[in-house]
Amino acid sequence: MAKTFKGRIIAPGTAKAKALVSHNGFNTLASYQMALMFKDKQVKCGDQNNNDLYKKPMIDKALCLPETIGSTTGGMILYAACALGKQPACMLFSKPIDSLAASGAILAANWTEAKMPVVDSLGEDFLNFVKDDMTITVDTDGTVTVE
Amino acid sequence: MILTKEQQALLDGEKGETMAKVMKTLVMYGDTFNAERMVPITSTYGHTVISFGIGAMKPVYELYEKLLLDNAVSQQKFSADPRPLDKNVPSSFLQDVVFKFMYNQQKRYEEQLDKLGIMSEDAYTCACYLPEVGNTPKRGDILSWAESSAVVYANSVLGARCNRNSGIIDMMGSVAGFVPEFGFLTDEGRKADWVVEIRTEKMPEAQLLGSAIGMKVLEKVPYIKGLDKWIGKELNDNACAYLKDFGAATASNGSVGLYHIENLTPEAVDYGEKLIGEGASVYVIDDAELDRVKNSYPCIWKDLDAKPKLCFMGCPHMTLQQLKDWTVRVEESLKIAGNKKVQIPTVFTSAPGVIREFKETEYATRLEATGIILSYICPLMYMNNPLSKKMPVITSSNKLRTYTSARFYLDDEILKMITKGVQ
Repeated sequence: MAKTFKGRIIAPGTAKAKALVSHNGFNTLASYQMALMFKDKQVKCGDQNNNDLYKKPMIDKALCLPETIGSTTGGMILYAACALGKQPACMLFSKPIDSLAASGAILAANWTEAKMPVVDSLGEDFLNFVKDDMTITVDTDGTVTVE
Repeated sequence: MILTKEQQALLDGEKGETMAKVMKTLVMYGDTFNAERMVPITSTYGHTVISFGIGAMKPVYELYEKLLLDNAVSQQKFSADPRPLDKNVPSSFLQDVVFKFMYNQQKRYEEQLDKLGIMSEDAYTCACYLPEVGNTPKRGDILSWAESSAVVYANSVLGARCNRNSGIIDMMGSVAGFVPEFGFLTDEGRKADWVVEIRTEKMPEAQLLGSAIGMKVLEKVPYIKGLDKWIGKELNDNACAYLKDFGAATASNGSVGLYHIENLTPEAVDYGEKLIGEGASVYVIDDAELDRVKNSYPCIWKDLDAKPKLCFMGCPHMTLQQLKDWTVRVEESLKIAGNKKVQIPTVFTSAPGVIREFKETEYATRLEATGIILSYICPLMYMNNPLSKKMPVITSSNKLRTYTSARFYLDDEILKMITKGVQ
């Protein structure tokens, strides 16, 4: 059964993709570093502390997460991932977005051609409901449909 | 967000399309956090967290190339995080090959930093606020920094005002000369959400206490009571060195950007408990709690009994006084152990300016005699090499433990291991 959630738009756009869910904070540097360095086409998550995502392909997925954590290079990493076309299809935050993820999303929106809608404040229910491989649709008004 | 005429003109393209994009980026950043205005940066110098020319980050250097091409350079000189490579630090032939591949943009990036306005050849350190480096903001200064350990130190110990910005955003603030006013730039954003009561029977180790608090309060602001009993009521060399290491652990094990220490840090001295926000939660820390936290650290070495091959100390970079104190501690411990040199290759890291001053003291030759290597390197960047990751490396830095495979030990444990050896 489909369920919809309404959040706040950080970077506008639409997307339709399979969900990839991290229940704990997403460490941007640890997740992307090796994949970007070794040009991994699937962009597998390199964060061994993230049991939900470790070694799973992140490219073109609807990345569902509470917030990002870790190094303040996080925004720069996300920007670089977008500039290299290695970004997820969208990023969907259950909590209000943190300053590092916001920086990455905003840098990507202004300085790259990548299309990566970002929506935050979707609520705890969103993260409890969504599971890996469910289909996610993001609308221009920040509505996220999970089915 | 309400912009001044000057800011609006920049956004409208008065100084070109690139500068307009810089402003748009900062405005969007501020809007996300409900900032109502931009405020001028008032610190003398900036600081950028990006100090590495890593191949995979080419888009960053291309963006900086664009800034330079369109003359969108920093309005203030700045320091940068430590360099990623130093030939003095032990590494294998294969590690060196990987380092060469990993950091193949280093020369290009340092040339860009020269043009963008780096303070000097020696301005590469995470502890830019140390007096020997010369980038020490004044109380109330507005900063555009990103290095987490420097931001938390500047906010908490110096009373400056800076958000936990991201790399690139730090530089864009310095280029525009403005930052959006939200979070730690506001009085309200500097109020404490947590009260932490220290009830230990002995002095808590800075790196462990910071870790415990960071893991508990995450991005919130803690007001810490009972620590002045151990580190005093004066911001002297020892207290500042303690707070440097403590803060780095809060920022990396959680994402703390500001803390207040009762009777010690400037705002806590001036305003006391008025800084504690309504409904603040309480966290009591005793020796058992610190033991629990330390025992919770995972170790990702393949062989947990492996003999350490390298020890890093100085993340964040050590102060001049720390280098002197550790020289004496290592000498004394070697004497007790009956050894002349350290038994595990050990690297102490510090800022180039601090190293230069240290070399002028009698301690420099004494430290060299113990076999310890002194370097300006960033240990994190050394450990990012996949071959380094496989090495059994030990450290007393909780930041290094958090971001790499390095194994954490307390100062006394490390001292014993490097001077007596590990069987």
